[in-house]
Amino acid sequence: MTTNALEVKNLKMYYFTSRGPVKAVDDISFTLKRGEVLGLAGESGCGKSSLGFTLLGMPTPPGKIIGGSIKVDGREIVGLPEDVLRKEIRWEKISMIFQGAMNAMNPVYTVGYQMIEPLIYHKGMDQDEALERAQKYLELVGLDPEIVYRYPHELSGGMKQRVIIATALLMEPTVVIADEPTTALDVIVQAQIINLMKRLKKELNLSMIFITHDLSILAEISDKIAIMYAGKIVELGPSEKVYYEPAHPYTQKLLAAIPRLHEDVDRLEFIPGQPPNLLNPPKGCRFNPRCPYAMQICKEQEPELKEVDKDHYAACWLL
Amino acid sequence: MAEPILQVKNLKKYFPLKRGFLAGLRGEPERYVHAVDGVSFDIYKQQVFALVGESGCGKSTTGRLIVKLLEPTDGKIYLEGQDVTTITTKEELLAYKRKVQIIFQDPFASLNPRFRIFDVLEEPLLIHGIGETRAEREELIYKALEMVKVTPPEEYVSRFPHQLSGGQRQRVAIARALILDPEFVVADEPVSMLDVSIRAEILELMKELKERMGVTYLYITHDMSTARYFADWMAVMYLGRIVEMGPAKRVIDNPLHPYTRALLAAVPEPKPERRNVIKELPIKGEVPSAVNIPPGCRFHPRCIYAQKGLCDVKQPELKEYEHNHFAECHLVGKF
Repeated sequence: MTTNALEVKNLKMYYFTSRGPVKAVDDISFTLKRGEVLGLAGESGCGKSSLGFTLLGMPTPPGKIIGGSIKVDGREIVGLPEDVLRKEIRWEKISMIFQGAMNAMNPVYTVGYQMIEPLIYHKGMDQDEALERAQKYLELVGLDPEIVYRYPHELSGGMKQRVIIATALLMEPTVVIADEPTTALDVIVQAQIINLMKRLKKELNLSMIFITHDLSILAEISDKIAIMYAGKIVELGPSEKVYYEPAHPYTQKLLAAIPRLHEDVDRLEFIPGQPPNLLNPPKGCRFNPRCPYAMQICKEQEPELKEVDKDHYAACWLL
Repeated sequence: MAEPILQVKNLKKYFPLKRGFLAGLRGEPERYVHAVDGVSFDIYKQQVFALVGESGCGKSTTGRLIVKLLEPTDGKIYLEGQDVTTITTKEELLAYKRKVQIIFQDPFASLNPRFRIFDVLEEPLLIHGIGETRAEREELIYKALEMVKVTPPEEYVSRFPHQLSGGQRQRVAIARALILDPEFVVADEPVSMLDVSIRAEILELMKELKERMGVTYLYITHDMSTARYFADWMAVMYLGRIVEMGPAKRVIDNPLHPYTRALLAAVPEPKPERRNVIKELPIKGEVPSAVNIPPGCRFHPRCIYAQKGLCDVKQPELKEYEHNHFAECHLVGKF
C-alpha cells in the first residue's frame, strides 16, 4: 500500500492572544492521497488559511500548534525543530502558493533570481544549474523560459501567477497548498490558471490543497471537499456528494447562496448573522446560533464527524 | 416602454499619459489611455442595468462619469431628459448629486474610519441641507439604518466602521447612498469584496430596496452570475466600448459576440463532475493596453474567428441583431 501524501490527525493550532486563545484550527483530521485535490472552503475567518500555514509547520505568531499530527509522505513534521523543517520539509515536501504572492515579488530583482534562491540554499546548486531548472518549470507552466531575465513589472497578472506556481513546484514537493490562487485575477485568466493546475495535477500526479471561499471555483478542480466553519471541518467528502447531497445545513446554505449562470433562481439564500468570534466560540455546535434547524442538543453538545455515506462525513446532530 | 431615466450618448473619457520633458521638447505627440471610447446606452426606470467586463475595460470609469466624479472628454449624459454634462454651477451639481448616488466596491475603504456611523450618515444630510434639527436628522438616520437592516440602530450609530463586519459596512454604505432618496444609484462591484453568504444577502437587500424606493441601478460587475440574478439588462464592455448589449438572460443564454462567449466559457460553475476536463476558452492572448487600441475591431487580435482584411481594418458598429439585442461584430451569425 502506498503512503498517503498527507495525513492530518486531530490538529490543533491556537493563536495565543492577550485576550485568550483563539481556536483557529480546532481538532482537524483528513487525509490526502497522491494525485488528489482537496478543496477547502469556508467564510473568511473560518481558519482555512491558518490551516494552510499550520500544515507548513509555520503558524503565524502568536499561533502555536498545540496538538495533533501532520504526516507528509509518512513523515511526522509536528515537533520537528525549525532548521530541519526549513531544510527538509518546506518547499521540498510541501510548498505553498501564498495568497497575493504575485504582488509580493521583489521589483528590483529579476524573476529568475527570485525563483532560484531556494535551489541555491537548499540544494547547493550553482547559479546556472538553478536557472536551468527554473526555466524548465517556467516552460511547464506555459511561459517563455526567457522570463527568468525579466523583472516582475514586465509581466501581466496571469504571468506572475504562473511564475509563483512554477516556484512552488521547483523543489518537486509532494503536496502543494494553494491559498486563493486566483482571487485577484480576471475571469478569463482565472480559468486559464485553473486549467493549468488541472494539467499539472495530471502530469505531475500532484497532491494539492486548494483554499478558497468560492465554491464555484472549488468545484472546477477538487476531488474532495472539506467545508470549514469556525475552526472545524463540518463536512468532508467526495465533491459530487458534497455538492449534490450536502449533509450539513451550513453547506446547504452556502450552496444555495451561489447565483447560477444558466439557471434562474428566484431568491438566493443567505445565512443570517456572522461567524462566531473564535476567542469564545458558542457552546455545543458552533453553527447553532445561525442554524435554522438548531435543537436543544445543538446548544449543549458538540457533534462529531459522522459517516453519512461512503467517505462522506458531516458533523451535525440532525443526521 | 417609458422614457429612459438615464441616457448615455457616445461617452468618451481619455486620460493623458505623462510625457517626459524631453519627449515634449522633441514634439512627440501626447498619448492617451482610452478608458471609455464611445459608449451609449439607455436605462429605464426601476430597472437594473449591468455593465460587465474585465478589469481595465472602462466600466468603473463609466460609472464615475455618470456620478460626475469625472468629467467626460466627449459625449453626453442625460438624466430625465436633461443634459448633465453642461452643469457648471455648484447648486446644479448639488441638485444632481442628490438624485444620483454611488456605492463603492470596498466598504473597508469607502467609510471614513474616524467617523462614527452616525456621522457617516449625517454628512450627506448636512451637505444637502436636509433635516433642520439634529433630532430630525437622527430620525432619518435611524430610518435609513432600519431600512438596510442594521438593527437596532441605537446600537450601531455610535460605533466606528472597524467595529462592524464587512456585510454591515456595505449596508451602511448603501444606507448612505439611499438616505438622500436618489433616483439613480451606481453600484460599483458592491458585493465582490464580500463572502458568498453575505453577497447573497446584500443583493437581496438591493433588490428589495429597488422595489420599495423605486431606485434604478447601474450595476457594475465582473461577475456574470450575479448580473444574471440581479440585472434586467446587460452590456459587456471590452477596451472602452460596449461590444454586446441586451436583456441579461438573453445575452447569457445566447451570446452574439465572441468576447462574450469567451467570458461566459470562463465563468466557474459549481459542477464538480467536470473537474478533470480542461476548459476550452475561445480566446487568445491578453488584453492589449488601452493606450494603443488595435485598429479595426479592437477585439480582433484576441478573436479566434477574426478575418484578415475585414476585422483588422474596419471598426464594426453596434447593431441590433435580435429584438433589443445588440452586438458590435462583423461576423455575428457567421461563426
